[in-house]
Amino acid sequence: MFVGALYGLLGLGLTLSWGILRQINLAYFALTFLAAYLCYQLSTARGIDPLATLLLIAPGFFVIGVALQWVFARFRVSPFNSLLVTFGLTVIVESVIQSIWTADFRRLESAYGVAKFRLGVLYVPAPELITLALSIALSLALYAALRYTDLGKAMRAAAEDGPMASAFGVNRRFIALALSGVCATLSAVAGVCLALSYTLAPAQIYAWIGVVFAAVLLGGIGRPLGPLIAGIVIGVSEALTMALTAPSWAPLVSFSLLILLLLVRPDKA
Amino acid sequence: MGVFGSNPMGAGGMGRHSALFSSPDARSPLPIFVKIAALIDAPCHPFASIALTGPKPVGGIAHGYRTLGAIVVAGIALATLPWFRLPLFYESFLYLVLHWIVLATSWNILSGYSGYFSFGHGAFFGAGMYTTAVLASRFATPFLWTLPAAALVAATLGLALGAVVFRVRRLRGELFALVTLAVTFVVGTIVLNTSIDGGPGVYLSAVAVPTIGPSAASSFYLLALTIAVVTLLIARWIYAAKLGTGLFAIRDDEDAAEVMGVPTFRCKMIALGLSCALAGIAGGVHGLFVSYVTAGETFSIVVPLTVVLMSVLGGTRHWAGPAVGGAIITTLLYAFTAGDHPVLGKAVFGAMLIVVILFLPDGVLGRLVTRRRRRPPSETTVAVPKAMMAGSAHAPTDAALSLLIVRDVRKAFVGVQALSGVSLQIRQGEILALLGPNGSGKSTLINVISGHYRQDAGTIVFEGRDLRDFSPHRIMHAGIARTYQVPRPFGHLSVLENVALPIMFGAAALHRDAAEREAARWLEFTGLSTKADLLPDALNLHQRKFLELARALASRPRLVLLDEVLSGLTPGEIHEAVKLIHSIRDAGTTILFVEHVMRAVMALADRVIVLDHGVVIAEGKPTEVMEQAHVVTAFLGAKHA
Repeated sequence: MFVGALYGLLGLGLTLSWGILRQINLAYFALTFLAAYLCYQLSTARGIDPLATLLLIAPGFFVIGVALQWVFARFRVSPFNSLLVTFGLTVIVESVIQSIWTADFRRLESAYGVAKFRLGVLYVPAPELITLALSIALSLALYAALRYTDLGKAMRAAAEDGPMASAFGVNRRFIALALSGVCATLSAVAGVCLALSYTLAPAQIYAWIGVVFAAVLLGGIGRPLGPLIAGIVIGVSEALTMALTAPSWAPLVSFSLLILLLLVRPDKA
Repeated sequence: MGVFGSNPMGAGGMGRHSALFSSPDARSPLPIFVKIAALIDAPCHPFASIALTGPKPVGGIAHGYRTLGAIVVAGIALATLPWFRLPLFYESFLYLVLHWIVLATSWNILSGYSGYFSFGHGAFFGAGMYTTAVLASRFATPFLWTLPAAALVAATLGLALGAVVFRVRRLRGELFALVTLAVTFVVGTIVLNTSIDGGPGVYLSAVAVPTIGPSAASSFYLLALTIAVVTLLIARWIYAAKLGTGLFAIRDDEDAAEVMGVPTFRCKMIALGLSCALAGIAGGVHGLFVSYVTAGETFSIVVPLTVVLMSVLGGTRHWAGPAVGGAIITTLLYAFTAGDHPVLGKAVFGAMLIVVILFLPDGVLGRLVTRRRRRPPSETTVAVPKAMMAGSAHAPTDAALSLLIVRDVRKAFVGVQALSGVSLQIRQGEILALLGPNGSGKSTLINVISGHYRQDAGTIVFEGRDLRDFSPHRIMHAGIARTYQVPRPFGHLSVLENVALPIMFGAAALHRDAAEREAARWLEFTGLSTKADLLPDALNLHQRKFLELARALASRPRLVLLDEVLSGLTPGEIHEAVKLIHSIRDAGTTILFVEHVMRAVMALADRVIVLDHGVVIAEGKPTEVMEQAHVVTAFLGAKHA
């Protein structure tokens, strides 16, 4: 369930950029890991509180997101090519991470790691509870923002029919830049959550892609609440699989769910 | 393919080909291998051209065989290298170059030609690698015998995946890319957690290397060379064959390709099967070459990344692109990572991929060689269009007989009932206009008849056959063609190739040269002859609409559905088009057209059917129908009635 919250958080930025910007941003995973490593670095070397590092990381990532969108707009990258370009970017970031922090596993040791909350009869580790809370809060906030604010409505209109939205005075360039920034910021949040509860290694970037995209597709592209719900479903199924068979089979769960969805409802994927 | 030699129809290529190569009749499905054979046809059979044209045209065909020959000759020449006593180092290096050429070229057969980018080449490569590893090390199978098994396992994996993913109609390319990326890690997990590997990896050092060349290294080199030659032959062959044209059309516009008669699902599956099988063989050989196989190394992101980069750099729309890219990158890689900077090498890969996509989207070869544009062999005899409309073979000529019967057809989209029980009949040989205000369901009806959408309820019967379970390409084979309201030409095929495509893939299933000759006549008919070699981008709206018309007519349909071919044209152009449509009907084709230009409707239609809110509200002669009060209300609102 708590893993599912992280899937949801990772999927949130992806589903928005896919649904609204028409970009499949694989670099999102790389950025998440980059944020996780930065969080690790800042809190280990400088002794800053891991959650406080977010205040430093998030603005920087917003700028990265804006810059990325600027490049995409400048070269008019098609949805499909965005996949290739961000794939290339992911590999570069992976190499950068590997050369700075080596390919070894890194584990963030912080006060949060040992703190536990009591929920009824269960003891829940603090990082997972933080992840769940952030994931729910951000998903709901974005859902509300897209649905009720003028900017959100403009975004949805631009996704539906770009030229028409422009004709009605929607500034698509600004919206795209802002949204891309927001998505990158989301990846920073996801990165900090990742650093709090997981052991980090550069090669793991790719391990997340399958699961998170399964959550995005299962949840419906462009829907802020989709990845959270689908993510939790996947998380629970994985936990059950691990309990019933062996932990190493967990990666197959999301893939099987995705294939099942494609078989049962091929036109809804 | 001997049937072409015995074709009784002589010069001109106007006759219907033997039905052996198409399946117009759905109730007698042909064995699948015949269908496959029809797709993977050689560029052109010499007998076919003789039978169809008399004098053998020079240029295109000879060129096709010359390239295939050149590949073989180059292969044989390179095969002599080991006997020149090169240092071992060179043989290993050349082996790697050839290995990557095979992987990149095999990837391109599906992904480059059809645009379905696969990130799962590592999985197929790895499947072959582990098949060989397990068979050779545990079951002591002779190495060469494991290679067909490797191909089979990889192809089965790919086809199983394709059978699921290729049926999805939305998000096609993106979904395929992501699913194949995921499958790499899924297969990796399975291999690692079962007895196939179990964790420590599989050693192949005890397996005997077959002695083909003077040394082990040269044997690998010769093996890779053979596979590379075969792969390039297949890639070149498909490139020029019908299958290749179909795949390129899929890349440009899959829906339109299907409507033009391309069996898209089958094309993709064949290409995927071949692509995976070749990757599997390459994997099998490479397994022995590295002699120690681990799941972590095999099922990684490196293989797909490298292969995509090689193909994109070389040019994915050209058969030789991946080979060129593969040679360049392997050489660069060797120069780079001869030192110890594998991490840097990877980053450089990523950066190159970005730079190539942003600045060189067509690749090196795409820049240097625009796709070969052959003029069709110039024939002196130009048939008049009338003689070409030999379409009414199945249908009786009784004018009162219904060609198409639509009965109580319903179609709903999310929240909208687009068609709520439409019944109508189209009579043999008539020009029927379908009218109605915007949103009345006219285009939806055309989309349902042509198979783009499937109706929720009701039946559509064409010449006595229920079209319910027909995919769009089979509906086209049955004799129904359509145009799109907004023209959807294949952007990377020339105007001539655009028109030749439905002839190649239609019920007639002509060979490329015959099809292009016939296409040239259709271009003449629609006044586009001078534009034959241009890409559709170079045409204006009027010309694009006529290209759309030429494409629809080229398959010689018995019923053609025209979706607003006149909208957006100037009065002069409309006049021209009206004359054209009249001459199409005079040649025997029944026409259903959707139109808002009333002047043209009055001039053209024998009969008018008016739709409103998804039901037929009036039917009859144009002048009579347009005077009925409720029809005027539907168009103009209540107060005008």
